[in-house]
Amino acid sequence: MAHEHKLEIFRGLVKFKSNITKIWGIFFFLSVITIIEVAFGIIKPAFLVDNSFLAMKWINWLFIILTLVKAYYITWDFMHMRDEKKAMRRAVVWTAIFLICYLVLILLIEGDYIFEVYKDGFVKFDF
Amino acid sequence: MEATVVETGTEGKAWGGGNQPLRASYGKMMMWFFIVSDALTFSGFLASYGFSRFKFVDAWPIADEVFTHFPFLHGVDAPMYYVAFMTFILIFSSVTMVLAVDAGHKMQQKKVILYMFLTIIGGAIFVGSQAWEWKTFIKGDFGAVETKGGKILQFLDADGERVALRDFAIELPKTREIHEESNGLWFQKDGTQTTYNFEEVKAGFMADKSVLIRTQLKDEHGHHIVLSREASEAKLLNDGKLVVEGANLKHNEYGTPLFADFFFFITGFHGFHVFSGVLINCIIFFNVVIGTYERRGSYEMVEKVGLYWHFVDLVWVFVFTFFYLV
Repeated sequence: MAHEHKLEIFRGLVKFKSNITKIWGIFFFLSVITIIEVAFGIIKPAFLVDNSFLAMKWINWLFIILTLVKAYYITWDFMHMRDEKKAMRRAVVWTAIFLICYLVLILLIEGDYIFEVYKDGFVKFDF
Repeated sequence: MEATVVETGTEGKAWGGGNQPLRASYGKMMMWFFIVSDALTFSGFLASYGFSRFKFVDAWPIADEVFTHFPFLHGVDAPMYYVAFMTFILIFSSVTMVLAVDAGHKMQQKKVILYMFLTIIGGAIFVGSQAWEWKTFIKGDFGAVETKGGKILQFLDADGERVALRDFAIELPKTREIHEESNGLWFQKDGTQTTYNFEEVKAGFMADKSVLIRTQLKDEHGHHIVLSREASEAKLLNDGKLVVEGANLKHNEYGTPLFADFFFFITGFHGFHVFSGVLINCIIFFNVVIGTYERRGSYEMVEKVGLYWHFVDLVWVFVFTFFYLV
């Protein structure tokens, strides 16, 4: 269990020699992703900001997907989820993901609805 | 008591508790389940942030224009660099933590001590940075005027750059009497005073014809709408009410007060997690130093506190995205 580590990441594309080199490899990978995020956040390329996909700007898709990638590697390699049993992994990860998706979906739809009410309602709101 | 013990003959078998389906120790599993519940708490906060943001989606402050400071670089516009620095500090302290766990598996006490120490230092730097971030946010920068409806009006010069209240407000003779116990209601306190009152800002604004007002509302490209000079004058004279400098839970010069509320609440709750993580790390660190785990023959406690520490890093990854990037 804890003493054997799976040393392959990217579905076996990269295999590290030891757990320590894997840790540094993951650190490098996370740093690159963070640098990409910050660079996009500062430059804000117009074609990503002005176009949207499924009601969300492309740049926000990019940020959220990169964040999830980071979260995956922190959980899988720093928290050693990769080395746990499948049942353990699913008990923790699927529970959280299901509940969080549900909560976010409900609250964002509700927030958007209230925005519409403020915008189109008869009560003057901007004074 | 021996009489009550029932020997079933299944000890060591599945029914007798002899197998571990998840193959994790009790402590580690409970740490994981605590992390799940804590993750749900944080996602509740972030989801309600999203809710409020969607509710005021056309008037939400742009984080790039709020967090523009870097320590020792005064007046330099440095959006996000400091938060990026904080993110790196936290990721790096995660790396030293996982190195400590690895050294623990190999029973290398000296290395565990070193890496735990570095992790604690990283956590302390992060908490300090967050304190600085709060201080800068609370102190404010340019100042703004709040309208009767609680909206924020910010000021721009002719080039479209932000201009601070101190740059155009005119000092008027003070006529205000200080509220004291002897001359008023003893149970009421004198309110917080801003550097300039609304009349002084108004006088300065009317005198300097180049100053324009920027509203909270955003156009379709996500930029705040700037009013013409006539509209600016009308807006300030009709709707202006009080001067806001910096941010607190009720007023916020950067935009809607909800933004400040969520900023204080979410980064505060996360900062508290980091702080308690540093304390727990310290306890484990001293236990490693005095050799507790060496005698126990297992460094699993380092692994458990490591899980908590990585979780704090994980939460920050999301806070960073949803507060500063998106």
